[in-house]
Amino acid sequence: MSSDSIDIINAFALLTNFVILPALSYGSQLALGALAVTLVYSVLRFSNFAQGDSMAFGTMIVILLTWFMINQGWTISGIPTALLVIPVAIIGTAIYLLSMDRLVYKFYRRVKAKSITIVMASIGVMFVTGGLVRFILGPRPQIFADGERFIFSVREFKAFTGLEQGIALKTSQFLTVTIAILLVAFVFYFLQKTKTGKAMRAYSDNKELALLSGIDPDKVVTVTWLLVASLTTIAGALYGLDKGFTPQQYHLLLLPIFASVIVGGIGSPLGAIAGAFLIAFSEVLLTYAYKKFLIYLLPLSMHPTSLVQLIGTEYKYAISFVILVIVLLIRPTGIFKGKVLVDE
Amino acid sequence: MAYLEGSNLVAAYGVVPILHECSVKVEKGELAVIVGPNGAGKSTVMRVLLGMLEATSGSVTLDGNDISKLSTQERISLGLAFVPQNKNVFPSMTVEENLEMGAFLRTDDIKKTMEEVYTLFPILYEKRRQLAEELSGGQRQQVAFGRAMMTQPSVMLLDEPTAGVSPIVMDEIFSNILDVRDAGMAVLMVEQNAQQALNIADKGYVLVSGRNEHTGTGHELINDPEVRKKFLGG
Repeated sequence: MSSDSIDIINAFALLTNFVILPALSYGSQLALGALAVTLVYSVLRFSNFAQGDSMAFGTMIVILLTWFMINQGWTISGIPTALLVIPVAIIGTAIYLLSMDRLVYKFYRRVKAKSITIVMASIGVMFVTGGLVRFILGPRPQIFADGERFIFSVREFKAFTGLEQGIALKTSQFLTVTIAILLVAFVFYFLQKTKTGKAMRAYSDNKELALLSGIDPDKVVTVTWLLVASLTTIAGALYGLDKGFTPQQYHLLLLPIFASVIVGGIGSPLGAIAGAFLIAFSEVLLTYAYKKFLIYLLPLSMHPTSLVQLIGTEYKYAISFVILVIVLLIRPTGIFKGKVLVDE
Repeated sequence: MAYLEGSNLVAAYGVVPILHECSVKVEKGELAVIVGPNGAGKSTVMRVLLGMLEATSGSVTLDGNDISKLSTQERISLGLAFVPQNKNVFPSMTVEENLEMGAFLRTDDIKKTMEEVYTLFPILYEKRRQLAEELSGGQRQQVAFGRAMMTQPSVMLLDEPTAGVSPIVMDEIFSNILDVRDAGMAVLMVEQNAQQALNIADKGYVLVSGRNEHTGTGHELINDPEVRKKFLGG
């Protein structure tokens, strides 16, 4: 093979390692969070500002259980202990979210409050949830990933292919993408094919007619929170395994998640997923330093001297905002023609 | 006692009184029509019969049993079905899913009822995989009607089933309603097209300001000079 074509392969190995794989796993994590926001919006008719902090809450339970398991020596070598405790953590998160529903949201449903009122209430829930997490676990970063760190490492990849640039596949990335695909497939199957899922869609479509068809609203609400608890806990745990856990970081995740939902089309589950990957890839592509990548591709005379980084990583949250503004200006219904954000 | 009977119903939206001792009844195999000017409380009667609005006094009985204190869902499970005037389908669900939702409370095989609906409305079979929001107004009305039939009700309450459809579709809907009545269902309908509705009705109620102004068979009302003058345009 000529050195030119090897350079191209090296360039794309570099891009895969530092852009494609990280963006794929970040996009999957956002997608799960965005799906949870979409479910709450469709069924309960409000934008849930507590989503980011609920993910922190779910992850907190995962972390506490992981520590406990490791302390007891109940681990399986190679597999992150966090993965084993997720089912129990989901139950914990579900209990918490259902309690919040009974304590807070139920009242506003009963008095048929405007959705903006319930949004404000969810901001309250957001602060309480965030406070609880900081009270129990503290504001500092926590690392709870154990087990095998890589499916294959850069060194193994290089030895295997002989390339100058290596690709590493982190266990957390592999798990994130695999679990996200399975979970999304399950949620779509549930909504499209099962009787309870159809009842949820019916309730979201036309509340009064759903009542007239004998659909029990309390059951629909409960099932929605159970699904949301699963998505939230799993999204939070996967994000934490991938990037570590800090309450503040989870709180800020609300921005890219909301951006995903709006960009994709509010109320559209498919849109939420598409939006999540759009946001994730934009963030990673715009904050990546392309210097090395270009050196592989360009002739010597054109080699860049700067980092060729379009936007500093410290501004990554601004990217969500900019995309959000652009979409709201040129296509307010989002990619998948969702609803426009107005209070009916 | 009639199969479904609302007696001396008094109801209000907040402090605004709507119904004053209004009574309606309908037997199985009978079509009763409520007509009257706008704001007479026609739809309110239905909402009270269904328990969507609580009556301050008066009673609702079904087959001799008092159902006044039951929730809407409990009344639905006892055999009442309602087709609202607006927003009477699940727009982002397919025609078939709309029908399935009608049968939500049923645990037996719903295929036979679904076939009956498709026989009554062949166009719905053709469009069964399409979303309800993609259908025309008349077809959507048929979906709404079909959804209500799926509960296998003993009483069908219809709120202006012909609102906003063409005269041809109106005739079709009326003939469907008569089919349902002939199958032994009790049908109570609120109609804006008073003349046509009373023409096919076994029994008619003219409601004015929440009171029973005239009651009689459809033909009696049509031939009543006072009713003709006031409500049927001479």
